[in-house]
Amino acid sequence: MTAITFLEAIKQALFEEMAADPRVVLIGEDVGVYGGAFKTSEGLLEKFGWERVIDTPISESAIIGAACGMSYLGLRPVAEMQFIDFIACCFNQLTNFVAKGHYLWNAPAPIVVRGPSGGGVHGGPFHSANPEMYFLHTPGLKIVYPSTPYDAKGLLKASIRDNNPVLFFEHKFLYRRIKEEIPAGDYIVPLGKAAVRREGKHLTILSYAAMMYTSLEAAEALAKEGIEVEVIDLRTLLPLDEETILQSVKKTNKCLVVHEDTKTGGIAGEIAAILAEKAFHDMDGPLMRVTSLDTPVPYAPTLEEAFLPNAKKVFTAAKELARF
Amino acid sequence: MPATETRAKTKLSRQQHLDLYYYMRLNREVEETMTKLFRQNKIVGGLYSSLGQEAISVGTAYALEKRDWIAPMIRNIGALLVKGVPPRDIFTQHMAKYTSPTKGKDGTSHFGDLDHLHIISPISMLGDLIPVMTGVAMAGRYLGQKIVAMTWIGDGGSSTGVFHEGLNLAASQKAALVLILENNLWAYSTPVRRQVPLENLADRAKAYGISSYIIDGNDAVAVYTAAKDAVERARAGEGPILIEAKTFRRRGHAQHDPAEYVPAEQREFWEKRDPITLYEKFLMDEKVLDAKGKKEIEEKLAALLDKEREFAEGSPMPPPEFAAEGVYCTGPECHDLQPKWERDVKELLPPKSCVEPVWTVEGFGRGKSSSRENAPIHFGDTLQTSEQAAVEKPPERASTPTKRETKPAVKTPVKKKPVAKSAARGKAGR
Repeated sequence: MTAITFLEAIKQALFEEMAADPRVVLIGEDVGVYGGAFKTSEGLLEKFGWERVIDTPISESAIIGAACGMSYLGLRPVAEMQFIDFIACCFNQLTNFVAKGHYLWNAPAPIVVRGPSGGGVHGGPFHSANPEMYFLHTPGLKIVYPSTPYDAKGLLKASIRDNNPVLFFEHKFLYRRIKEEIPAGDYIVPLGKAAVRREGKHLTILSYAAMMYTSLEAAEALAKEGIEVEVIDLRTLLPLDEETILQSVKKTNKCLVVHEDTKTGGIAGEIAAILAEKAFHDMDGPLMRVTSLDTPVPYAPTLEEAFLPNAKKVFTAAKELARF
Repeated sequence: MPATETRAKTKLSRQQHLDLYYYMRLNREVEETMTKLFRQNKIVGGLYSSLGQEAISVGTAYALEKRDWIAPMIRNIGALLVKGVPPRDIFTQHMAKYTSPTKGKDGTSHFGDLDHLHIISPISMLGDLIPVMTGVAMAGRYLGQKIVAMTWIGDGGSSTGVFHEGLNLAASQKAALVLILENNLWAYSTPVRRQVPLENLADRAKAYGISSYIIDGNDAVAVYTAAKDAVERARAGEGPILIEAKTFRRRGHAQHDPAEYVPAEQREFWEKRDPITLYEKFLMDEKVLDAKGKKEIEEKLAALLDKEREFAEGSPMPPPEFAAEGVYCTGPECHDLQPKWERDVKELLPPKSCVEPVWTVEGFGRGKSSSRENAPIHFGDTLQTSEQAAVEKPPERASTPTKRETKPAVKTPVKKKPVAKSAARGKAGR
């Protein structure tokens, strides 16, 4: 086993799925000749040809529409958003047509919409978004947001094989910064299952994507102060793995949600509601949240740092919560 | 009258004429039955009439083969009927019955059939189906199926952003897409002259370097002839084709709308041009149809629709618990999604699929508006004969999807068919 980057894991998943299944095609802006803005599809054109790696005009709605139409004939298109921020351009196509098809007229659309998301790389307000919550409110979609190379590969493969439309968020901060040894060859990580990244008994931190590392860093520091934190990586936001969340919170009785998405309407609110409904009597403290500010993602490094959660903010919040 | 000119040129068989007539009558009778049901309060939601536009829905869909795909708009009930949808499906849909194709989850003609009839459900957000049908055409080509994808848009829907995105992608992919633009002069209450600063909406085709037709949408034979030509050209690999059918929406946007904003003279003009009346007269004159034959068709329709309506009226509403079901496909036991390959899959897998990247695209952007000389677009296209000699073909073109071994089968130098001047410049003209 050799250590590979998050980016390489994505590339491997695409390559292996395309090699194994001629139903899988890739469609998006600059995915072919250029190999994708982040080189996630580098080499795929040379290997699989123009028919399977399709460069499109700058037309996100048309990309999703075409992917959807292709899926109706039995293909499994992977549609790339050059930056996930641009998914807003095809909001209607995704939420009104693709997502509703199975429920309304028995038409599953097995497409994956994937793209680089998230901040921390000074991409500015239009190249740093975490738009997952716009879609969490849409029955019919699945939402996956991995944090490790192992998961990125296994979850992307599972997403491609899933019969439903899956939005697959790839945090661009992780692309080249995270390396992991992963087994060679085919494996999948099932959708809808969270992972316990660190066990602990005093409080639970729920997180995903880049914030998983922030949470682990804070947990390390908290351990030195005698606070044993359980860190859970949600991995799939829709459907949410309520079982794992509830199991952990029933053990630790305290819950802190850390997400890079902005605060109002972030997934912490949904989790708070779930805990209020299903674990009210198990909670020894308020649900707390460390999130980005309720602003657009600012550009200047000083501003973006202030905008994003960090290990210090998580540490402070967790210490406060541990006192209950 | 130009309508007669086009008719004189057509070579439809007797049976084809009678089919077109039958489906137009069926289309109208289905809608008239529903108007009665609406007045009896048996239709749950809205009812959107295609009165006076039957020739377009029927004539265009009739030009397709069974393997082809359609994505109708809400008013294209005629296209559904031609494709083989039984009237009961349309009745049960409108009445929200459990026996309807969507089992009550959606109404009107919002339903589809991926497996057999190749129908993609309409969506109220107009234009969205243009890229979807582009994808259908692309997948069809990829699978080796030689299908054509047909969808419809109105004068109103042609102003959406996704109309542009979809048609542009279709043109850049040379997808076998036929887009029927039904210019019925009104988008709800807004006349076309206040929506689009063009006399002919077919001119939009120029922006994509694709071919277009303008036809009298109330002339069934003209509609069928143009659609047939377009379908054959699209199938032969010429890329997407736009057909503007000039017509008029005789009812309001839906049943609730008395359409008082429509000038009386305009309505009067078009009511004299009822597509079924015109066609019936033509068939009688040509001795394809006589009073006896007409009566037989009417009896057949009445018997069919009574049976279908009774089935719908006798059907139950869906049980409340059904509301929570079916948001997600649960896997192969729910849907085993396998494409119908009509080519050797090995061509698509390495090492056969390997290519060197092509950095320049010969001929791209050489579109010449709505003429036959439209651009040889995208990778691997066969260029026009004159250009072929001049440009050396890169070897990788051989394995690309848009390859055309033969020249297009259809050679008719159709540009814009003449439309009745009076129709084109109807009262809502300018």
